[in-house]
Amino acid sequence: MTTVTHYLCIGCPLGCRLEVESEQEQIVAIRGFSCKLGKEYAAREHTDPRRMVATTVAIEGGLWARLPVKTAGTVPKDRVRAVCDALHRIHLNAPVAMGDVVARDILGTGVDVVATRTMPLIERPP
Amino acid sequence: MITAKTAQLAGRYDVAVIGAGPAGIAAAVAAQAAGCGRILLVDREPEAGGILNQCIHSGFGLHQFGEELTGPEYVSHSLAQVDTRCVDVVTGTFVADIAPDRALTLMGGETGVRQVQSGVVVLAMGARERTRGAIQIPGGRPAGVMTAGLAQRFVNMLGVLPGRRVVILGSGDIGLIMARRLTLEGVEVVGVFEIMPYANGLGRNIVQCLHDFDIPLHLSTTVVEIHGNDRVEAVTVAPVDEALRPILSHARRIPCDALLLSIGLVPENELSHQLRLRMDPLTGGPVVSSTLETSMNGVYAAGNVLHINDLVDWVSEEAARAGRYAADALQGRHPPADNVRLVPGDNVASVVPQSVAAGREHTVFLRARHTFEQSAIRFGEIYTKKVRYVCPAETIAITLKPAFLDRFPGGALRIDIYPRAGEAE
Repeated sequence: MTTVTHYLCIGCPLGCRLEVESEQEQIVAIRGFSCKLGKEYAAREHTDPRRMVATTVAIEGGLWARLPVKTAGTVPKDRVRAVCDALHRIHLNAPVAMGDVVARDILGTGVDVVATRTMPLIERPP
Repeated sequence: MITAKTAQLAGRYDVAVIGAGPAGIAAAVAAQAAGCGRILLVDREPEAGGILNQCIHSGFGLHQFGEELTGPEYVSHSLAQVDTRCVDVVTGTFVADIAPDRALTLMGGETGVRQVQSGVVVLAMGARERTRGAIQIPGGRPAGVMTAGLAQRFVNMLGVLPGRRVVILGSGDIGLIMARRLTLEGVEVVGVFEIMPYANGLGRNIVQCLHDFDIPLHLSTTVVEIHGNDRVEAVTVAPVDEALRPILSHARRIPCDALLLSIGLVPENELSHQLRLRMDPLTGGPVVSSTLETSMNGVYAAGNVLHINDLVDWVSEEAARAGRYAADALQGRHPPADNVRLVPGDNVASVVPQSVAAGREHTVFLRARHTFEQSAIRFGEIYTKKVRYVCPAETIAITLKPAFLDRFPGGALRIDIYPRAGEAE
């Protein structure tokens, strides 16, 4: 008994409509992709869905009150909220450079969280 | 030089670029690469980067930089190409006026009003969001009604939340992105409501912003009233009929404390109007030639000021062409004038540029009026391209090879999009 599951690729803005045909939880065919990212995404999404997380953390002394950050790799989809909640507890001080590690191995996922911009220290009049 | 002080600027520039978002940066970099020595890149914000600075999610840069970047990273990669020895980046400065002789009146918070003269000008002011006034939602005027992009700035840069229980009207990408963003910040997003029978944002955003978080998307439904005096207390939503008229007998009230609007963007063309440029009512931007020159000699336009894009990579690519052509014109290099006018035909909502020339390759951006699963795009009798899927929400980029145009005698070339094999939805 084969089942066909439909996914919409999130690999790029094209949004290819993917089909995964599986038999007793084994993938037997993947259709609808137009690049290798899409084929990999379909297989992954079917067995172990993962996401990049982009959020912000509090920062003092910079031009803005929040510093944008992202996970350096994907984390399991069901951990996304927990990752964001953990990052809410972080408070940084400027300066921070793009790529600086803000949190190492977040929640034991093996993935670091890094700054996605440089936030220089702003000299403010007293 | 990077400065917020207009007094430090030179009096004359080869190229002045208005707006330092992705379009402006790409135009300045291209002009620099074409050998222009004195380039002015001006922005009213305290730093360059434009709206990408608040677009902290990833999904940018696959075409331009070959990797998936967040908005701030895209800005950083773009700015790294700017040589500040020949480009003066002036922030916190507003362009109040451009005279037809391309004298710019700049207003800076720190140093007041300043005039500079420029050889050519590239308009890259981007777009604004449509507001409540554009769709005239009845009801009170409480706090808590705002555009999705403003909420994005509040959350991602200023560190304040727009509310605790939020309704989003409109399924544009910014609205979808904010649905996820607010959810991750602990805000309850009641749902996204869209008056049209289809979503306006990219499919990938429906999946990763709504489906991933079980946020409902209500198609063919709109907000018909806003309740509350000081603060939003609720909105009334109702389904709409085929003529988009609300069916009030099926209306229901949804308690909430904020309403976010993601109902489209409008090219920001105050300066274009002051210059009395010829405008295209279909795009809301200036009419441009294949060199991205507007109806006024020496004034070019690129990016969202010209037509609303859904991919920043295309904005950068288009703006780079504008910067290069502007620099070429300044140095006396003029390609042959356009001989083919592009005319939107069946199912075509807009086309940019509005004319092209034989003998060169062109990238033409189209928008479709309807959704077709399988379609073909026909350029008069000279070229037909099969396209798998078109919808009003997504720009279609078509490359026109010189071989096609060289067979065309010149004049008006009509563009039609039609469904193939009766597979229209």
